[in-house]
Amino acid sequence: MGILRPRINVLDEDHKIKIFNEAKDILENLGIFLGNKDAKELLKSEGVNHEGSRYYIPSDLVDRCLKTVPNEIKLFDREGKEHITLVNDNVHYDPGSAAILYLDENTGTIRNAFEKDFVRFSKVVEHLEYIEAQSTAIVYQDVPAQAQDWHRLYIALSNCYKPVVTGTFRKESFPIMKELLLSCRLSEDELARKPLAIFDACPSPPLKWSDLTSQSVIDAAKSMIPSEFVSMPLAGASAPISLIGSITQHAAECLAGVVIGQLAKTGAPLIWGGSPAILDMKQGTTPMGAIETMMINLGDVEIGKFLKMPTHAYMSLSDSKVPDAQAGFEGGMGALLAGLAGINMVSGPGMLDFESTQCIEKLIIDNEIIGMVKRLLRGVEDHGTPFASDILKDYNEKEELLSHPTTLKLFRKELFITGPVIDRLSRDAWKENGSKSARKRAKEQATKLAKKNSLKPIDDTLSKELESITSKNL
Amino acid sequence: MAQEQFYGEISDAIVNLDKEKAIELANRAVTENLNLLEVIEKGFGDGIRRIGDLWEEGEFFLPELMLGGRIMQESMNILLPSLKESETSASRGVIVIATIEGDIHSIGKTIVGTMLSANGFDVYDLGADVPAEKIIETAVEKNADVIGVSALLTTTMFGQKKIIDILEERGIRDNFKVIIGGAPVTREWTEECNADGFAGSAIEAVKLVKHLLNK
Repeated sequence: MGILRPRINVLDEDHKIKIFNEAKDILENLGIFLGNKDAKELLKSEGVNHEGSRYYIPSDLVDRCLKTVPNEIKLFDREGKEHITLVNDNVHYDPGSAAILYLDENTGTIRNAFEKDFVRFSKVVEHLEYIEAQSTAIVYQDVPAQAQDWHRLYIALSNCYKPVVTGTFRKESFPIMKELLLSCRLSEDELARKPLAIFDACPSPPLKWSDLTSQSVIDAAKSMIPSEFVSMPLAGASAPISLIGSITQHAAECLAGVVIGQLAKTGAPLIWGGSPAILDMKQGTTPMGAIETMMINLGDVEIGKFLKMPTHAYMSLSDSKVPDAQAGFEGGMGALLAGLAGINMVSGPGMLDFESTQCIEKLIIDNEIIGMVKRLLRGVEDHGTPFASDILKDYNEKEELLSHPTTLKLFRKELFITGPVIDRLSRDAWKENGSKSARKRAKEQATKLAKKNSLKPIDDTLSKELESITSKNL
Repeated sequence: MAQEQFYGEISDAIVNLDKEKAIELANRAVTENLNLLEVIEKGFGDGIRRIGDLWEEGEFFLPELMLGGRIMQESMNILLPSLKESETSASRGVIVIATIEGDIHSIGKTIVGTMLSANGFDVYDLGADVPAEKIIETAVEKNADVIGVSALLTTTMFGQKKIIDILEERGIRDNFKVIIGGAPVTREWTEECNADGFAGSAIEAVKLVKHLLNK
């Protein structure tokens, strides 16, 4: 590792404590709205007061539940091999989830997605080195409505070995999704020990845990499957306009999730995550590429780290409709800030248009951006003294250092070797190669990667089992 | 067959950037009195061509290209004296190469020189910031086939044209192929100053020189 790990902070200790305490006050005095019977029962069994659906969670219960949340989550691939660990400042990225539209790179049109689009998408994700987890990124129209959540998990598992960030749209889907996951493991116990998927659970700000969201956390907790809270307070609309107010509300919503999860199963793996945004005061839209949206994310994550929980955020997205300059700089800024903040799981690569569109060209460009971010995070390394003088002595003889042994030994480590999406050709070579833009190069790369053989092809028996679970439930 | 295997070993040593092995094999070729022309062409030459291919495929980068070239040069230093004894020239041609005066950027020129040398050409690398007259003088003296002139700056690239102008004035333009290179150099500029060719990379430069000399 480098001499220093480059990082960014937006809160000091004093303010983290204030935010945490106020969030607990909110739960105790304003309460949280619960839409789910099982969650209500869990709280009632702890003697939590309520008025109708509003539950007033006491601070000591929050503190108790925080004590049993694991501070680390290891994720394993489809075959059960350890893949990534969500802990400390480890940074991992997955494609933004559940886009309802797809930017078809061959026609340039934004359209409804089909199953074949997601198959292709998953195959490409498998080959993107810096996108370490996959997600059920695209909601497609050519399966029955009741299968639109779980069917994506089937496609994801069938086409890519990486762990999956997923989620339910209906309570009834959880058992099917668990069955799909179980088919990749020998037993429930093994699935608990070697988690393969994270389930997103999205509270409804302000201060509401819906029936579906609560149920998802409870079901996942019981199976020791990690849940990721994706609260989306909208500063100035469903959350205070101040960034700090929005961060505080988000903390309250997540703390409620911690209580639900830990009451469902002590020690259940939970991730402090979110997808907050500001409200664009002119258009009324929810810009994910806004700098203030990113600042709220950074603050949210600092509270999660303060509580020693694994963290998540929706960053590395853009509100542009196409992979243009705006998509590049918003996506790049988000990916970079997320890396500097040490967010354990960053969802967003590939996403455009307020989380509504997935775009394979942007995903491929984001992969390069993330490669650069990961290089930055390794920092400036100390390879031993003298740093330069011995090497410079050798310069005189050959008048170049390219063939110097230290160059060969270190250049692949010191330098991020870019993929074909980044243009570093001479102007002439660039012209001879067709004067292509980054988007064009990404498109060509997509075609190439989609055709490439799988890095870890799925075992036939497993493939058939996934298929049979799918056809049984369709 | 045993010989083919030996050539394969040499070629692999170059591709693996294994300097010790390459030098050991070069020495063995000399002591065992092998056909050194074949050793160079089928062993070392094959290795350096494979390195070029790997570079073009994106597997190898400049440090590997250069180190391969350097190992090749050192191996040739062992082989060439013995070749002269048998009065056979292994040289594909003589090249005088330099970065033009006013320009101190030498790295591109050095890479090209090294790769040409690794590919069997006799290369006289005059360094950087070299006056046009000095380059021409050396080319005449060494009876060069090719003059290579590098420039990185748009302000110094005119020096490339100056060389050709002087050659034409002296009526010796046709004695040499003149190739130019460097970041600002384009095909248009090559035509404008009546040069014989330009290349965007060291590997292209080797191909260009081979093409110009029909090697």
